[in-house]
Amino acid sequence: MSIRMEPTDITDPDYFHKVVDCQWACPAHTPVPEYIRLIAKKRYADAFMVNWESNVFPAILGRTCDRPCEPACRRTRIEEKPVAICRLKRVAADNCGDISDRLPQVPSQKNGKRIALVGAGPASLAVARDLLPLGYECTLFEKNRAAGGLMRTNIPAFRLPVAVLDEEVDRVLHMGVEARFGTEISSLKSLLGEGFDAVFIGSGAPRGRDLNLPGRASASANIHIGTDFLASVAFGHTEKIGRRVVVIGGGNTAMDCCRTALRLGGENVYITVRSPRADMKASAWEIEDAVREGIPVLDNHAPTEFLVENGRLRAVKFQPMAARYDAAGRRTLYATDDEPVIIECDDVLMAIGQDVAYDWIERDIGLDFDAGGGPVVDALTHQSTLPGVFFGGDAAWGPENIITAVAHGHKAAISIDLFCNGQPLSDRPNPLTNLVSQKMGIHEWSYDNDISAAGRVPVPLADLEVALTRLDVEVELGFDETEALKEAMRCLNCDIQTVFSDNLCIECDACLDICPVDCINFTDNDEETRLREGLRVPAVNLEQGLYVSGPLVTGRVMIKDEDVCLHCGLCAERCPTGAWDMQKFSLVEAVANTNPEPAQEPVHAV
Amino acid sequence: MTHIAKPKFRHPDLPVNRLGLTRRDYEGVVSTLCAGCGHDSISAAIIQACFELEIAAHRIAKVSGIGCSSKTTNYFANTAHGFNSVHGRMPSVATGANLANPDLIYLGVSGDGDTASIGLGQFCHAIRRRLNMVYIVENNGTYGLTKGQFSATNDKRSKNRRGVENLFEGIDLCALAIEMGAGFVARSFSGDKHQLVPLIKAAITYHGFALIDVISPCVTFNNHPTSTKSYDYVRDHNFMVDRIDFVPKRSEIKTQYEPGTSVELTLHDGSALKLYKLADDYDPADRGQSLASLDRYDRDGAVSTGLLYFDENQTDLHDLLATTDQPLNAAPQADLCPGADQLEAINAQYR
Ligand SMILES: Cc1cc2nc3c(=O)[nH]c(=O)nc-3n(C[C@H](O)[C@H](O)[C@H](O)COP(=O)(O)OP(=O)(O)OC[C@H]3O[C@@H](n4cnc5c(N)ncnc54)[C@H](O)[C@@H]3O)c2cc1C
Ligand SMILES: Cc1ncc(C[n+]2csc(CCOP(=O)(O)OP(=O)(O)O)c2C)c(N)n1
Ligand code: SF4
Ligand code: SF4
Ligand code: SF4
Ligand SMILES: [Mg+2]
Repeated sequence: MSIRMEPTDITDPDYFHKVVDCQWACPAHTPVPEYIRLIAKKRYADAFMVNWESNVFPAILGRTCDRPCEPACRRTRIEEKPVAICRLKRVAADNCGDISDRLPQVPSQKNGKRIALVGAGPASLAVARDLLPLGYECTLFEKNRAAGGLMRTNIPAFRLPVAVLDEEVDRVLHMGVEARFGTEISSLKSLLGEGFDAVFIGSGAPRGRDLNLPGRASASANIHIGTDFLASVAFGHTEKIGRRVVVIGGGNTAMDCCRTALRLGGENVYITVRSPRADMKASAWEIEDAVREGIPVLDNHAPTEFLVENGRLRAVKFQPMAARYDAAGRRTLYATDDEPVIIECDDVLMAIGQDVAYDWIERDIGLDFDAGGGPVVDALTHQSTLPGVFFGGDAAWGPENIITAVAHGHKAAISIDLFCNGQPLSDRPNPLTNLVSQKMGIHEWSYDNDISAAGRVPVPLADLEVALTRLDVEVELGFDETEALKEAMRCLNCDIQTVFSDNLCIECDACLDICPVDCINFTDNDEETRLREGLRVPAVNLEQGLYVSGPLVTGRVMIKDEDVCLHCGLCAERCPTGAWDMQKFSLVEAVANTNPEPAQEPVHAV
Repeated sequence: MTHIAKPKFRHPDLPVNRLGLTRRDYEGVVSTLCAGCGHDSISAAIIQACFELEIAAHRIAKVSGIGCSSKTTNYFANTAHGFNSVHGRMPSVATGANLANPDLIYLGVSGDGDTASIGLGQFCHAIRRRLNMVYIVENNGTYGLTKGQFSATNDKRSKNRRGVENLFEGIDLCALAIEMGAGFVARSFSGDKHQLVPLIKAAITYHGFALIDVISPCVTFNNHPTSTKSYDYVRDHNFMVDRIDFVPKRSEIKTQYEPGTSVELTLHDGSALKLYKLADDYDPADRGQSLASLDRYDRDGAVSTGLLYFDENQTDLHDLLATTDQPLNAAPQADLCPGADQLEAINAQYR
């Protein structure tokens, strides 16, 4: 006897949340389709606030986010390119106007709890944003002279203008953070001695990795750690670089290094990577941006030596490599028989990763470290082994990205709030969810289901000649309104769910016949693997759920493969009995708030 | 009706046939019928059958009369030829077209009103003449388009939505067709594509007159509890006399069946039908017996479905008239119009 599938429990918020691929993939669970619909209605301020509540930095993220949502976008499963989710976020920020009156009120009467935040990167700022409206006093310690963390020191101004960064960082600081800039914490023990109720460590992963190859020491004047170089450029200490520059590394830092070098006088700038190009760590679009600026990528090049002449760096020697993959897809890089390659250069930028650095945390205070040198941190609560000390952002588990730092900040803020109120950290608030019918008339829905078949709208760019001459010319111009509205119509509204009532279905097949993408099936129930194989189009994407109904009149069940549903609503339009309905699923991630009174009104959107 | 055009996006793994087409390439415009109308399911079954048979749409001529059912030729095979004739006159148009060009696949779609009421005479003569066509009746027992009057196939025991009784016996189109000499007669249900699609494929491949009487609930006017053509009634009373598998010519018959459980029937082009008998007392090759059985099932209140009658050796109108194989549109001008001398010679024979 096979095990038949149980009817899907749609009251479990995860079921419909997973259908909203982008929101599910976003570490902060930003309600993506919701803000895209708001943009389509030109309600930019509302779209901005939906973002601000989830991710704190819409204007910054709208330019720089690593966008894990886009590869997840359902659109990539029915055509080539995802919706430009990230750049639409920028549209909301570019056009939102003054939203200061919509920010949460920060009470003048404080709750008496003092929180220390170490480092002024996005993680700490997110914690402050969440705790200040609850009456916490937040003291921020930052060794640099300004807030923003790597967003300020490492992300180049041609990708993120300083004014944009300032505005969003200040929005948080002005909520009442007590910022102590130019203050490096050199002992956690003594910080703990200052009587804070909780400490959040958001100090990032500040130590750029080095490569100790022959010649490293003698050539050190012209070999720079990429992150230090970028910071030095950001603070105006470095204004020039040699004519010929070799960048070592294939991640996003390498891309920023080479593009920065190009703007500081570099003429022959190379990216060199050990691995094949397809395995490069950098996001596809960052590689694309570098290549568009004329920078060649030399893949399968492993550096072996810095060649020095007259006490000065002359060249880098590379061993040509190749990759072999075993049956499980594991890669082995091996040296080929080809002659070594020598690339003459004036400067080398080393962009091969960063590590956390905790020489300022004493090892005898009950805060445990793991074998890799990182702190032991609880994945859910972000608490270290020392109660009251929390970690988030790159400081917790190593380098990630801004949106992950923000998501960590939210979770840590919830923990800090619970901690300060003496409640168990496992007792976490649930996200706010809702499921509401969108039916307005027989064939009318409160969302626009007539989605666009057009391809992704490219973001217009500044003239390359001008862009390459200056560090502070933003390369991307952002969508204008026409482009934005066009792109917004590509969104498939994946949060508008198809909700099925088995007791109403008369099994007329109308929904199955109309569905443009063959999602719907009426079949005998079976065990999942066999069901998936036997559907009208086999459901091979195991990441995507099957929506299984209870038994129908004929004893069969309705099975919907969520994989490529367009959320077009045609099934519901063609159903004679209303067995299908289109209902908007909204999920707003929980924020720190143990108070009975909600600190901030959720935005009610379309 | 729907508010929006059906999105052009299709499932990325949708099968492609040897013409490089997916099932969606056989669609027509979006239906304007009531949501849930059985007729739409039949269109979907026709689309599926044409896709599976790998027919190029320009080889199909869709012909129909008037009614919700007759409208549906617009909802499939967009690029096929089509003629939407006047009420009940589809057989005449089909006859003329078929005589002019025997090379096309004639796919007639009609309703029970279009066929059994106003068009009954035309229907009988098309069968009698062995027109090589598929004739699908989308049978809902009512005049759907004119808002629900009883049609001539409505069963006597069936009341209308307001409880009004039907005074007259319904016409069994399958029995009539067998009697009139149709070589392929089947009945099916719009809600059962597993049965319907192979029947449509077999009918299209069949050489001669092929009728499929598809019970197709009218959700708006004839789907109430006292109807005998409702989804619930047909599901409860469906009596399948047999099931067929359509085996196209080019594919080998791989499965081995227990002897006696299935019969293999060959079609004109070398394709085969695997027929599994489900009712012991039914033989679709025996005209007299099948007529008697159909009558008996009907009196028991059963809706008999399946391939009800099959004549392996039917000849069609062209065979009977010994017409030229060449479609008239491809015949040379000299053949079509042999000239004044020939006419004079013919006339002279009658002087
Ligand atoms: C070159 C480069 C480009 C990047 N580009 C992107 C991008 O485009 N998009 C993206 O999403 N992510 C990008 N990232 C990653 C992203 O910037 C980081 O993941 C993110 O900033 C981490 O945030 P955080 O708050 O954890 O720490 P950070 O941003 O690293 O901030 C930590 C702060 O703590 C301060 N600090 C450290 N130790 C102490 C101490 N002992 N006392 C006081 N202050 C201290 C530091 O000065 C710093 O300001 C990039 C990273 C690099 C290196
Ligand atoms: C000559 C003529 N007489 C009457 C009509 C009115 N009329 C239109 S459709 C129809 C009945 C259609 O019934 P059926 O063929 O069963 O189609 P259905 O709508 O039920 O699918 C009638 C009587 C007409 N259009 N033309
Ligand atoms: S909304 Fe309905 S008709 Fe549209 S793609 Fe999804 S299941 Fe198919
Ligand atoms: S259209 Fe409605 S009643 Fe018909 S099969 Fe689909 S869900 Fe059931
Ligand atoms: S009236 Fe009846 S037959 Fe006509 S479209 Fe509506 S349901 Fe179908
Ligand atoms: Mg009818």
